[in-house]
Amino acid sequence: MRKSGTPFWIGAAVVVGAAALAAWLITNEYYFFAGYIVVTFVILATAWNILGGYAGYVNFGTAAFFGLGAYTSVVLIQSIGAPLAVQILAAALLSGLLGFGAGLLTLRLRGIFFAIATVALIVIMETLFINWRYVGGATGIQLLRPSPIPPFESYTKMLFVGQVIMAVVAVAVARYMETSWIGRGLRAIRDSEEAAECSGVPTLKLKLAACTVSGALMGAAGAPMPMYLSFVEPASTFNLTYSIGALASAMVGGTATWLGPVLGALLLSTIQQIVTVTISNEMNVLVVGVLLVVFVVAAPEGIVGLLRKLRRAK
Amino acid sequence: MTGSALLRVSGVSKHFGGFTALAEVSLEIAPGERFGLIGPNGSGKTTLINCISGSLRNDGGSIVFDGEEISALPAYQRTRRGIARSFQVPRPFSSMPVVENLVVPLEYVVHRGSLHKADTRAEAMELLHGIGLADKAETPSSRLTQVELRKLELARAMAARPRLLISDEAMAGLSSSEIDEILKILFKLNESGITIIMIEHIMHAVMRFSQRVVCLDAGRIICEGTPAETVANPDVQRAYLGA
Repeated sequence: MRKSGTPFWIGAAVVVGAAALAAWLITNEYYFFAGYIVVTFVILATAWNILGGYAGYVNFGTAAFFGLGAYTSVVLIQSIGAPLAVQILAAALLSGLLGFGAGLLTLRLRGIFFAIATVALIVIMETLFINWRYVGGATGIQLLRPSPIPPFESYTKMLFVGQVIMAVVAVAVARYMETSWIGRGLRAIRDSEEAAECSGVPTLKLKLAACTVSGALMGAAGAPMPMYLSFVEPASTFNLTYSIGALASAMVGGTATWLGPVLGALLLSTIQQIVTVTISNEMNVLVVGVLLVVFVVAAPEGIVGLLRKLRRAK
Repeated sequence: MTGSALLRVSGVSKHFGGFTALAEVSLEIAPGERFGLIGPNGSGKTTLINCISGSLRNDGGSIVFDGEEISALPAYQRTRRGIARSFQVPRPFSSMPVVENLVVPLEYVVHRGSLHKADTRAEAMELLHGIGLADKAETPSSRLTQVELRKLELARAMAARPRLLISDEAMAGLSSSEIDEILKILFKLNESGITIIMIEHIMHAVMRFSQRVVCLDAGRIICEGTPAETVANPDVQRAYLGA
């Protein structure tokens, strides 16, 4: 029943190769600075979709996991000057643990109550870091970038390529979950939790697994953020825009498959980046709102659903 | 029958706030039995089978299946031990085609741990053939008719390879030829050795199907016996049949 994985892996290799090639050929750093954010949202939307799309548990807490990832890096840089790869792995581990713990406490709640609990998670995490002087407290902390690792001559380009690789890993994880028995179990939960349980699906365990993996990927996506900005402060790190961006990207792209969040994030974040530069920073939030409303009303199955309909019509 | 019961429910009670849905209900079901459960709306039939299948936890009493106390087990564990059910209001996995609905229990119950060796889709197709849904295998389950949905409920329950099948009003709202169709399926399953609890309001179907009938009223068993005895019982007539 499994589709062949070869075209997927060829595609993944092409994407990483193209990113590396671009980093080599294009000299204007701004494209990588903007592209980094777009790719970060690809990871966040992909991670969000594992719990929100496949299992139908709408999570507003993306910013909590993302922020924990970023602050894990800050702590590691401050204390032992850990390299980027260690920061990312540690962030994934801690955010995964947060996902597991939060899931244990909240996944018995359904629908809107679960969503509310995840909003609370952001507030808790933000409060925690505002009151921790070691990582800068409410005023934030300035960090010095180390020199890039060769062959990269710029740190921003290096972060961009690293983030692309992370995105490919995230999509591969989501795709594995989607196409295996795990994904079928999660979809059964979304369709009817009671019927799933009576069909032998260990619903709580499966939701916990989804929440843990989803949280770990979100944390990993946040880990390079301190080095990307050279500055971290709680209000913008635990910002609801990450939650909404991740959710909106998945909804706009389509939540049923791994491709949806990828397309959604590419479209939404690219438009946002363009609008931020050409019009204003406030307008880019409006873009998300308008697109989300349009898609929820007119194309609830997202871009992927629209493409499928087009193909069927031919 | 004490030693050989497949399912033994003793003194099971269930409260919702101050409302007593089940008050010390006890019953035993023998292996291979065709058992009917009747009673007026709100008498606790569905609550009782929710307690047996694990969708609800009973507040008191014990439920023993095949010699093992199961009342503390989550529902999926009970399904894996051999208790499957259909739902009164069909709950298909509506995002999946019909055949995939059956793959879920095949993957999570029957072939758990050895998935690579199993052709779950072929097995699911076989079950669909048996129940007469094979031509709808690739149809999205959200597009089925009522009778097809009831069949899917039964087929999905069967895919878990149960020893005890609980059919919760599988025939409500169906035409008489459709009722005959479902009855035929249930008889066939019973002949293959599966114990069946049938909850039903359609009296002639329960009468034809059951070897033994229990009538619940306000969370208590008011009568137990053969279908003929049950219908003749004055309590049943007053509480349920409207005499």
